[in-house]
Amino acid sequence: MDITFLLNGESVELRNVSPTATLLDWLREERGLTGTKEGCNEGDCGACTVMVTDARGARGLNACILFLPQIDGCAVRTVEGIGGADGTLHPVQETMIAHHGSQCGFCTPGFVVQMAVAHLNGDRNHDDALAGNLCRCTGYAPIIRAAEAAADTPVPDWMTDTPPASLGRKIPSGGPGGRQPPGLDAPETLDELATLYAARPDATLIAGATDLGLWVTKSLRELEDVIFLNRCADLQQITESDHSLRIGAGVTMDRVLDAVRDLNPSYAEMIRRYGSAQVRAAATIGGNIANGSPIGDNPPALIAMGATLHLRAGDHTRDMPLEDFFFDYGKQDRAKGEFVEAVTIPRHAPRLKVYKLSKRFDQDISAVCGAVNITVTDGSVAQARIAFGGMAGIPKRASAVEAALTGATWSEKTVRAAMAKMAEDFTPLSDMRASAGYRLHTAENMLLRYWHEDQGTRSNVLEVSA
Amino acid sequence: MSISKPLPHDAARLHVTGQARYVDDIPTPRATLHLAFGLSTIAAGRITTIDLDAVRAAPGVAGVWEAKDLPSDCDCSPSNHDEPMLSGNTIQYLGQPVFLVAATSHLAARKAARLGKITYAERDAILTIEEAMAADSRFEDGPRIWEKGDPGEAIDTAPRQISGVIEMGGQEHFYLEGQSAMALPQEGGDMVVHASTQHPTEIQHKVAHALHLPMHAVRVETRRMGGGFGGKESQGNALAIACAVVAAATGKPAKMRYDRDDDFMITGKRHDFRVEYRVGFDDRGVISGIEFEHYTRCGWAQDLSLPVADRAMLHADNAYHLPHVRIESHRLKTNTQSATAFRGFGGPQGMLGIERVMDHIAHELGLDSVAVRRANYYAAEVEGGQPPAPAAPPGSLPGKMKEQDIASRGSEELVENTGAQAADAPQTTPYGQVVEDFILGDLTDRLLASSDYDARRAAVAEWNAGNAVIRKGLAFSPVKFGISFTLTHLNQAGALVHVYQDGSIHMNHGGTEMGQGLFQKVAQVAADRFGVPLEMVKITATDTGKVPNTSATAASSGSDLNGMAVRAACDTIRDRMANHLASLHQCDARDVDFADGNVTVQGESYSFAQVAQLTYEARVSLSATGFYRTPKLSWDRIKGQGRPFYYFAYGAAVSEVAVDTLTGEYRILRTDILHDAGSSLNPALDIGQVEGGFVQGAGWLTTEELVWDEAGRLRTHAPSTYKIPACSDRPRVFNVALWDGRNREDTIYRSKAVGEPPFMLGMSVFLALSDAIASCGEGYPALDAPATPERVLAAITRVRDGL
Repeated sequence: MDITFLLNGESVELRNVSPTATLLDWLREERGLTGTKEGCNEGDCGACTVMVTDARGARGLNACILFLPQIDGCAVRTVEGIGGADGTLHPVQETMIAHHGSQCGFCTPGFVVQMAVAHLNGDRNHDDALAGNLCRCTGYAPIIRAAEAAADTPVPDWMTDTPPASLGRKIPSGGPGGRQPPGLDAPETLDELATLYAARPDATLIAGATDLGLWVTKSLRELEDVIFLNRCADLQQITESDHSLRIGAGVTMDRVLDAVRDLNPSYAEMIRRYGSAQVRAAATIGGNIANGSPIGDNPPALIAMGATLHLRAGDHTRDMPLEDFFFDYGKQDRAKGEFVEAVTIPRHAPRLKVYKLSKRFDQDISAVCGAVNITVTDGSVAQARIAFGGMAGIPKRASAVEAALTGATWSEKTVRAAMAKMAEDFTPLSDMRASAGYRLHTAENMLLRYWHEDQGTRSNVLEVSA
Repeated sequence: MSISKPLPHDAARLHVTGQARYVDDIPTPRATLHLAFGLSTIAAGRITTIDLDAVRAAPGVAGVWEAKDLPSDCDCSPSNHDEPMLSGNTIQYLGQPVFLVAATSHLAARKAARLGKITYAERDAILTIEEAMAADSRFEDGPRIWEKGDPGEAIDTAPRQISGVIEMGGQEHFYLEGQSAMALPQEGGDMVVHASTQHPTEIQHKVAHALHLPMHAVRVETRRMGGGFGGKESQGNALAIACAVVAAATGKPAKMRYDRDDDFMITGKRHDFRVEYRVGFDDRGVISGIEFEHYTRCGWAQDLSLPVADRAMLHADNAYHLPHVRIESHRLKTNTQSATAFRGFGGPQGMLGIERVMDHIAHELGLDSVAVRRANYYAAEVEGGQPPAPAAPPGSLPGKMKEQDIASRGSEELVENTGAQAADAPQTTPYGQVVEDFILGDLTDRLLASSDYDARRAAVAEWNAGNAVIRKGLAFSPVKFGISFTLTHLNQAGALVHVYQDGSIHMNHGGTEMGQGLFQKVAQVAADRFGVPLEMVKITATDTGKVPNTSATAASSGSDLNGMAVRAACDTIRDRMANHLASLHQCDARDVDFADGNVTVQGESYSFAQVAQLTYEARVSLSATGFYRTPKLSWDRIKGQGRPFYYFAYGAAVSEVAVDTLTGEYRILRTDILHDAGSSLNPALDIGQVEGGFVQGAGWLTTEELVWDEAGRLRTHAPSTYKIPACSDRPRVFNVALWDGRNREDTIYRSKAVGEPPFMLGMSVFLALSDAIASCGEGYPALDAPATPERVLAAITRVRDGL
C-alpha cells in the first residue's frame, strides 16, 4: 500500500510498502537516520522511541514494532528533528547535557524523544513518562533531574506538527502495483471492516502491534494478508452513558486510562503499570482481549467489573459476558470473520481493586494479575466477582472463592476461609516469571490485601516513604 | 584549569542529538554483507546430520559457513584456546553458533539462519553446580585454595560458630547497544575492523590468528560502545572474526550485530556463585577464623573465569581483617553460556559472601550489623607508616612462553613471582597484602551521620512494631575494592599525542570509551599539561594502529593507566617546547609556564599556537608517545600471595527499603552513598559512575533473574523476561557524595579508579531487604540473590515459621 506522512517536518510518500516493514528499519536502513536506535526490537527498552502526532495529539511510540502503514497520515519526529533546524537544542537536550543524563549515549535518543513528548504535553510525571525507556549506565537519577529542569521551559515552535491527515487530505492508497483494491487494507469504517474481514477471515488484524509486532521482529513471520485497524475511526469511540462506558476495540490504553482515571482508580493504576507510555499509546483494549493471552492484564479486571463484550461478523453482532469469551488456552468464542468491536464496562467500580504482581513494578508482564470486586451489604458479602490472570490457561473467575464469600459475614475469618478455596479454582504453572506455589500463595494473599485495604490498614508499598 | 571540573561527557551533545555514531550507524559501503549465526538447540551432544540447503537457498543469502569451511579454527577464546567460533560436531551449550550466514541484509541473514536442519545425538548436559561437582567437570586440575593461619582451629575454639550458604545469580550485561562489528577488506589482504569492544588489541589478535595474518595487517578502531560493563571484553571476538572471515572470503565488507535475543543466548554473563561459610567469632562479633567455599558455574569455555574466580577470592575479606582464613574456589565447567567479565569481575560475588556473614553474625548476636562490621574493620591507615614495597618480580622467562593470548586477562602469568610479603606488617589481607590505606572508619562515621542512621534505625523499628503488612528494613554496607589487573603485566598503557602547527592537539590512547567518560577525563589531563582550554584537545577513536599492545579497558583501570600515559606524552612535548623557548630566552626551561592557553617566559607571553609554530620551525618534534606501568605490584595467584593491587578504592552506602509481606514486592525508599574517588578528575562523571553502578548492583541482587530450564535453555532472553531496573526502581531519595581525600599512591592527580567499586554498594539494598524480612519473625532470613519478590516472600515465610 501507499502511505504519506511527515518526517521531521518534511512530507514523505512511500509506494507499495511492505505491510510489515517497521518504521525503525526504514529510518535506519532506507532513510539513513541512525539516531533512532534498536535496543531490543520488541518494544521493551524505548531506544527506538519516536514522536508520532495525529489528530489526537503527540505521543511517543516504539518504532521497532511500528509498521509503516500505522503511521499513514501522521507526523513523525525522530531525535534528528527534536532540535531546531539551525542547530538550536531542545530544552530537554540542553538539560540532559547539563545534568549529565547520558553516559554511553545509546539509550539517549529514545529518552530525549520521550522527554520531548512529555514536555510538549505538559506531563510532569517523569517516572511514568520514562518507564518504558531503559538506561543501563546512569541509574536514571540524572535523567530525571534533566526532565525536571526542562519542565518549565517553553515548547519550541518547531515541535508542533500538523499531521497530513488532519488537513482533510484524502489519503491515497492502493494504486499501481497495490495488492488490494484502494483503501481496503486499512478500512475507515466498521462496515468496511466487517465486509472486508468477512471476505478475508484469515487476514491478520493489526491494531497497535505491541504483541503482533513480535511475530515479525522475533518470530520472523511473513504476514501477507493483513488488515490495519488504525484508520477505523468507528472502532476508536468511547461512548459514555450514566452508568457505563462502551469502549471501542481500537481505543488505545492511554485513552482508556484517561477515561477511567477518576471513577475507577484501581483499574487506572493497573493500566499505568501494564505497559510503558509508549506501549499504552499503541496497544488497544480490543487487542488485549482478542489476543486471548492468559497473562493479559485487562481481562481479569474487566471480568471482575462485569464487562460485556461486543462481537461482530459481517452484519451480525452479539454480546456476551467477557468471561464467556475465553474457552481454553489459545481458544476463544470467536467465529471465523468475527472480530471484537467493543467492550462495555460500568462507569464506576467503587469496590474494584486490581492487583498486578510482577518481578519489576513498571513495564513487566504479570506473574499474577488479580481483580477483586466484593460488594458488602449490612455486614455480609452481597456479591463477589473475582478474576485472575496468570493462574490458568485463560483469564478466569475464582468460582469457589466467590462462592465461599457470597452471603458470608464480611470478616477476616471469611476471607481466610475463602483463600483456602483458591487451590480449588486454580492449578497454576511454573515458568520463568514465577513458580506455581508463589502464584497460588500470592493470589490468596490478594484477597487478604483487599480485606486489609477495606479495613484501612496500610498495605500499599508504593505509598510508603522513608 | 580543566582538572577536577564537573564537565559533561565529551560526546554529550552528540548523544542528545542522535549524531553519536556506533558501529551499526557507520554508513556501509555498497555490497556490504550482513551476518547471522545459526544456533544449536541442545545443550550437549553431537551433530548427527546437518542440512543447510534451505539456508543457502533463502532470499539474499551470499554464503554459508560451517566450521569445516573456515580458514582456521577461528578461536575466540581470550584464554585457553577452547572457543572455536563455530561448534563443529560437538555442541557444548544451547545457543552455540553452529553455522554462519552472510546475506544482503540483516533481516535476510536472520531469517536464513533459522532454516538450518540439524539433528543431534544428545547427551546429558551438565547444568548445575551439583552435576558439575559430581562429574568433576571443572577448569584447572582442582579447586584453588588459599589459606592464612589456622582457620579450623580458630573457628573451633571461638566462643561462637555459625555456618551457612548463599546462592547468588548471574547477571546479563544488557548493554543497550548489542554486540556489533564490521570488517572492511583492504588491499593486499589487510583488514580494518570497527568493533564495539573494550579490547581492540584482543580483536586484532584474534582476527589476525583466524586469517593467518601478522597483527600488523589488522587494524581495529573503536570510537565508542553503547555500554560495555565487561560484556565487550571478550564477547565481541566472534563477531569480529566472523566479519573478517567473510570479508576475506568475498572481498566485500561484512557487518554483524546480534539481535537482542541472540545476544542473550550466545554471550556470557556474570558468573553465578554459591558461597558456603563457617565462621568463629566472639560476643562482639569479632571474627577469629573463617572458611569459605566458592562454587561458580563458568559455562562451557574458560574465557576469563580463572581471574574472575580469583578476584572473588581476593574480595572474600571485603573490609574486614580475617586473621585465620581459608578460601576454596571451584571453577566448574557447565553446558551453559561461557560466563565472562562483568563490572566487579568476581569481586561482588566474593564480597557478598562476607557481607552475608556479617549480617548473619549480627542477627545471631542481636546486634546492629554496623557494630559488627566496624568491630571487624581493618585498622586505619597510618601516614608515613608504609612498609617497604615487595621486591620487583624477575623478568619473564623465555623458556616459559607458550602460545596464549598474553594481552588478555584470561592468560596465565608467565613469571614466577617471588615477592615476599612484608614482615611484621600489622594487618594483611588473606593474600598477604598490607592494607595501608584503610579509610572506611572515618568514611563510615561521616556517612552514618549524614544519613541520620541511628535515628532512622529507631524509626524503622517503630514502624515495624506498628505495621503488619508493610515492613521496613535499613542496612549499611561498605566496599573495599582492589585496583589493578591481577595479571600484573596488563598494568601498562600507551598514548600518542600530536601538537599541530596551529596549537591544536590530537590525543590518542589505548583506553576505550563505553560511556564512563574516560576520553573526557584523559582530555582534561592533556589540556592541563599544556595549560590550554579543553576545546584544543581532539579526542580520537581508539586505534590499534596508533597505540599498540593495549590492555582491555577493564578492571576500572582506564583513567589510572591511560591518564598517566597521556600525561607522559604531553610532558615530553611540553618539555621540548619549553626547552626551545628557554633557549630563545636564554633561561631555564623550568621558567617557562603553560597556563590559560598561553605560554609565559620572562614576562613575555605567547599563545600556545605561537609556541607550537616556533617549535615546529625549529625542527623539533611535536609528536610523542607516552607509556605507563603501575609500580609496586607482585602477585602469585597459585599461592595466593603478594601485592596484586596498587591501592584500594572505598565507599559505603545506607539503604532503606519497604517490603510488602503479602507478595514480597519492595521499593528502595532512600539510599545515601559516600564514595572514595580520591582527588576526583571529574566529580560529575565520577558521581555518574557511582549512581549508575549502584543501581546496576541493586538490579543484580533484586529483579535481574536468569532462568534456565531443564534442557539448558535460557528462558530469560530479552527485556520482556529479564528485568533490569527501570526508572522508578531507583531510590526515591538518592543522596550521593564523594569522599574528599587524595589517593595516597601517586596516581594521576591522586585520583582513584571508580568504574567498578560503586557497583557493590548495591549490596546495601539486598541487606536492607534481609533486615526487613528479619523483622517478621525470629529466624534468620538467609536470603538468596536475586531477591525477587518470590524469594523475598519465601524468606518471610521461613522467618515467620522460625525455620
